[in-house]
Order: sequence, then structure tokens, then C-alpha cells
Amino acid sequence: MTPMLTSARKTELIGFVIVAAVILLLLPAVTDAFRLNLVGKYLTYAFVAVGLVLCWGSAGILSLGQGIFFGLGGYCMAMFLKLEASTPEATSIQSTPGIPDFMDWNQITALPWFWEPFHSFGFTLVAVVVVPAILAFIIGFAMFTRRVGGVYFAIITQAIAAILTILIIGQQGYTGGVNGITDLRTLLGWDIRTDSAKTILYFVNAFLLLAVIALSMAVRSSKLGRILVALRDKEDRVRFSGYDVAAFKIFVFCFAAAISGIGGAMFTLQVGFMSPSFVGIVPSIEMVIFCAVGGRHSLIGAVYGTLLVNWAKTSFSESFPELWLFAMGALFIAVVMAFPNGLAGLYTSHVQPLFKRFGRKSAGRSAASGTETPAIAE
Amino acid sequence: MKTNDKGAAPRSMLRRKLMIGSAALALSLAMAPRPGLAQSPPTSEVNTTGLAVTDDTVTVGILHSITGTMAISETGSVQAEKLAIEQINEMGGVLGRKIEYIQEDGASDWPTFAEKAKKLLVQDKVAAVFGCWTSASRKAVLPVFEQYNGMLYYPTFYEGLEESPNVIYTGQEATQQIIAGLNWVAEEKGAETFYLLGSDYIWPRTSNKIARKHIEDKLGLKVVGEEYYPLGHTQFNSVINKIKLRKPDVIYAIVVGGSNVAFYKQLKAAGIDMTQEKPIVMTISVTEDEIRGIGGENIEGAYATMKYFQSLENENNQEFVSAFKAMWGEDMVIGDVTQAAYLGPWLWKAAVEKAGSFDIDKVREASPGIELTTAPEGYVRIHENHHLWSKTRVGHAKADGQYEVVYETTDLMEPDPFPEGYQ
Repeated sequence: MTPMLTSARKTELIGFVIVAAVILLLLPAVTDAFRLNLVGKYLTYAFVAVGLVLCWGSAGILSLGQGIFFGLGGYCMAMFLKLEASTPEATSIQSTPGIPDFMDWNQITALPWFWEPFHSFGFTLVAVVVVPAILAFIIGFAMFTRRVGGVYFAIITQAIAAILTILIIGQQGYTGGVNGITDLRTLLGWDIRTDSAKTILYFVNAFLLLAVIALSMAVRSSKLGRILVALRDKEDRVRFSGYDVAAFKIFVFCFAAAISGIGGAMFTLQVGFMSPSFVGIVPSIEMVIFCAVGGRHSLIGAVYGTLLVNWAKTSFSESFPELWLFAMGALFIAVVMAFPNGLAGLYTSHVQPLFKRFGRKSAGRSAASGTETPAIAE
Repeated sequence: MKTNDKGAAPRSMLRRKLMIGSAALALSLAMAPRPGLAQSPPTSEVNTTGLAVTDDTVTVGILHSITGTMAISETGSVQAEKLAIEQINEMGGVLGRKIEYIQEDGASDWPTFAEKAKKLLVQDKVAAVFGCWTSASRKAVLPVFEQYNGMLYYPTFYEGLEESPNVIYTGQEATQQIIAGLNWVAEEKGAETFYLLGSDYIWPRTSNKIARKHIEDKLGLKVVGEEYYPLGHTQFNSVINKIKLRKPDVIYAIVVGGSNVAFYKQLKAAGIDMTQEKPIVMTISVTEDEIRGIGGENIEGAYATMKYFQSLENENNQEFVSAFKAMWGEDMVIGDVTQAAYLGPWLWKAAVEKAGSFDIDKVREASPGIELTTAPEGYVRIHENHHLWSKTRVGHAKADGQYEVVYETTDLMEPDPFPEGYQ
């Protein structure tokens, strides 16, 4: 048992170092500022995919509503940036200067109470993580303590995503409606639209993502992580062993929501606006696809999956503007039919054996091979 | 995600997408004076900011949704823009350079619009972009155009409240479209009470706000109800019942997209016969394109106020309609936005020629005052505020899906994106 874990951890650590090198060194070296900003945007979705690996891959909770949390994090950041952009001087042509432009268009004359705290940057940073986590807690508490799970839970998360979209679109005076919150310019006086700012934000985003992955690895390798796997495979047995299953599920769901929120906030900063098109059912399912393409059991795979799908989406649609959706469809079918465990599964089933064959040959020469080989075979 | 050394990548992309010059159309070349074989000015003079202009080509972008829910509406605009580009090329291009275009798909998704707009401006260095349709997509790309100093020709009638130095609005803003129609229905039809109705987003809400102010403050008439339904809503029975109860003279409907089909069918099924004009149904959101979905028999008798109808009887329009059909098929219909999209490349050409340069700043400076006498809608001129002076017309829907023009303003309506007294 112990040697197997060590070996798996070793693989995971090597994978982590490689993904860090790809994100921090390789991509910035080979892409121009425009493409790097695009990659930065893709990597914000990777936060959601990493959360899904924990939630779905480890604990078996399939949420089809992760866009909710991504969106909430993004909206929190967007509200702060919008307030900063809506100074009375900048909005002097409005009937009520000093409030965001879309409120003015909707005949709102005073800033709504829930916008007030977003004048504070500190509050916003906390809200980016806490607001999604609180909503996840409410959903999780209501569902998991009643032992709602599996398909039913997935459907309910979808319904909540739909409800939230309708709410945001319907309350356009307070939320910007379909247009979303647009025209965000500065962060604490720092112009976030310049190329240099985008590059800095890319690296901030990359470090945050790596930190989140490291944290997720720690969670997975801890006792907590093993309980999550156990309750995925045999929930009743875990419950009969005296564990409070609901508490563990709520925790992992909230954790995934919180990191999705961080992704959303980084998205807003890099793209310069937030709109309800990230909150609904379609983006939520897309995020599950990123995770599935990468392999739902692999944190590192989630990053590659997100990058691959989004890169394919962008380059297909640039090359074949009329046909790209078919190409995307074909890619997804291929993934599900040919390698259901995603890129990570492809790696374990095809690439790793090559290493192993190579490893075994060299191990045969050394005396220490005895402890290692059976463990890998297991 | 590979390195793009400037120049090489855009050119290969161009070759792939270049579809110009495929069909030689028998077009009327009388639309503008033919530059003929006049030698073209050197590239270094007409392009000082590094746009994609060579000695014999200039590259522009087309950015619309050709997939997703908006594709059905935006396809007409794409077709019109391609037609205009092809016609301009037949006449010798712009400053002696053929127009080539790079088309990108906004995929009915606002962030995608922003991404593609940035790609067109930063990587492809296009000299102008013809595109966007919904307000949301325009709002999403606006910061990109302002930051990278691009030029967008935006074709849709919209809510106003915007005046960007980087956008030429070739459709009407709300006051142009609304006021003339309301005046007409009050004077000609003696309408006194109005029921306002719309899809729930910024354009219908702002338009109805303007309509209400005009009805109540300027005309001294009465609004008896105002309601909004989410985009895609298909159950209008409750509002139809309310309408029957309050008996307004005019149902003023700004329902958009797929909801239109349900709305007009249910209106008819509820026994409101639009041809009887009790009440009158008036809309600013149903063009000939939408009628294809609704069905002419379901909307026969309704009135629409816009600046263009396919049935307009003037020479420019007859040429435009036949050229459009020759290029895209006999069964095509042309709505207001399609015509506005067609104006984009022509207005850009005129501005470039007036400026003698492709530089964005010079084109912007040259734009106000540009006039087109060859526009299918008749005559248009660019206002200082980057919108168009244009006439407004009232069309009466016929069962064959066309509008019969029953009224036309005598003067051009002045664009007024920030109308005083309507806020």
C-alpha cells in the first residue's frame, strides 16, 4: 500500500512540475501577447476543472452547475471594477452620475445596498471566495443532508444554474442583464487593459492556479481525500463506519465552488467583463467536458484538458468559421468513445507502460527493484 | 498557440478564407464613379499605422454569429457585407486596392465576440470591421475597439445611449425609429391608448421608455400597460388577456427572436384580427427576416416602423435587391438590418477615399458628413455623432411576408442617441 502511494505521488509531483513549467515558461515563451492573454483566459476555466476533479473525480459528486460559482466570483470582481470605473466624473452624462451606466439606463437612481460593500477591495477579495462557498454550502446542506445524490443532484445544480441566469438577466437594473457588466478599465488605478498588465495578470493567474492544484493535491493525499474516494465507491460503508458523509460532501463541494470563484475573478480581470453567459447550463456543461477530456481523476489532466478543448475551439473557429462546431462535436465523441478516462487515462494506459518497460529494464540491473516493481503492477 | 511572426500568419489565413472573385455578377457599375486605372497611391502614404494594407489589397474583418441562436438573424448581414465588398471590388476596390476579408464567428456568445474582435485588430490588423448584431455583443467588443483603435460598422437598430469614436452606427437609434411611427399612428389612425410590450433586455426597455415619454409628454396620450418577458418566452396568453381587457388602440410590441413566432400566433389564435386594426399592432422589431419565421398570414395587418423595407420602390433598391438575390438565391428576403449592413463597406469606402488614407484616425475624422446617394434606402449621411441621418417609414404587413410602405417621413430624421427629455 505505502510504496504504491509513494509512486503515485511521485508521478503526480513530476506532473505538477511539468505543468508548472508549461504554464510559466513554455507558453509565455512561444506565444505573443494576444495569444498569451487567450491562454490566460482558458486557464481561468482550469480552476473550475480542478474543482470538478475533486468533486466529481474524487468524491463522485457530478455538478452540472459549476458555472454558478465561476460566475459569482467573476461578478464580485466585476462589481468592484465597475464601481471603480463609475466615478461621478466619468459618468457625468448620466441622469445620476456616480452609478454604473446600466443602472442609469434602467432608471435606478441610487446604488443598491448590496453593491455598497464592493467599494472595498479587501471585501471583494474575500467575497470572491466566500460568496460562491456560501451558496455551495446552502445547496450542499439542503441536498446532502437529505441524501440527494447522483443524477438528481446533477439535475438540481442545472436547475439552479438556469435560475441564476434568469435572475441575473431579469434584474438587469442591478446586474447589467444580458449585456453583463462591461467596460472595466482599472484595478486600484492600474490599467488592466494594457499588454503589460495582461502579462502580469497571466502570471498571477498561473501562480494562483498552481497553488490551487497544490492545495487540491494535499487534500487528495490526506485522510480526507481517501474518505472522499471511499464514499464515492461505497457511501453506505463509510456512513456505517461512523463518518458524517454529508459533512465531507459539503466540504468538497464548497471547496470546488471557492476555487471556481477565484477562476471567475481572474477571468473578469483578464477579459474585462462578466456576463451571464458564463453562469448558465451550457458553460457549466462545457466545464465538465474540459474536466472529462483531461481525465476526471487527474488534477493535472484537468489543466491540459481545458487548454486543449479551448485551444481547439479557438483555432477551429478561426480556420473554419462555418464548420467549427462539427469539429468540436467530433472531438468530444472521439474522447468519449476512444479514451473515456481522458488525456490522463491515455497517459496511464499508453505512455506510462513505455516508461515502465524502460524502468524495469534498468531496475533489473539494480538490486532495489524488488520493492518497486510489484507495487506498480498492483 | 504558435509564434506568429507578423505578416506570415495573417497572409496564410487570408489565402484560406479568400472567397472573393468567385462569381462575376452582372452588377450595375453605375453606383459610383469608376476609378478606372488611375494609379493607386503608395502604401506608405495611405497606411502609416501598420494596418493590413498592401500595394493591391486591403484586409477588413467580418464579425457576426454564424453559429448559435443569433445566426438566423446575422446571416443576412454577413451576406449583405460580402455583396457590398464584392461590388466595390468589381469597381476597382478602395484607393486602387481590392478588399479581402477575414470572417470570424462570434458564435452568439459575447465573450467570443470580444476575443475575435481582438484577434482581428491585433493579429490580423484589419482596416475596418463590419459586424455585431445584438447590443450585448457590441458592448463586449467596444472596449477592444477603443483600446486598439479599430473601426466598427454596426448595422442593427438599437437603443442609443452610446456614441463611440470607434463605431459607425449604420442602423437607426431608438428615437429615429420610434417617434415618427408614434406620430403617424396618432395622427393617421387616431390612436389614443397604447399597450407597451417587449422582451426583457436593454433595447426593448429603453425603446419603450422613449415611447412612453413621447406618448405621454409630447402627444398627451395614454399608456395603459407595459410588460416584459424573458428572451425566448413563448407563453403570451396572460398578457393577451390583459390586452383584451384594457382594449388599447395600439399594441406596441418589441418582442424579439423566437418569441415573436409564439406571440403573433397566439395573438391571432386569441381572436385579435390584425387586419381589422382593433387594436392596431405596431412593432419595431419584426423585419422581413422575422416574418419568415412567424408566417405572413400570422402577422398580416400589423405595422412596422423602420428605415428600410424590401418593397421600397426606388432604383437603388431595385438594383440592390436583384444583386442580392443573384448572389444569394431568389428566395432571400432582405430586412432593415441587412440593408444597414450593406451600407457599412460603402460608407467605409467613401470615408477612406475622402481621407485619402486607411489610417483609422483619418477615416474617423473624414466620416462625419459622408453621404451616400446610392443607398438602397435612398439617401443617408453620417452625423457628427457617428449615426446616420435617415428617413423613417411605416410598413403594413402583407400575407406574402412583405411590407407595403404606407408612410415615409418627408425629412431625414436626425440621430439623437442621448435624447433630452426622454431619459
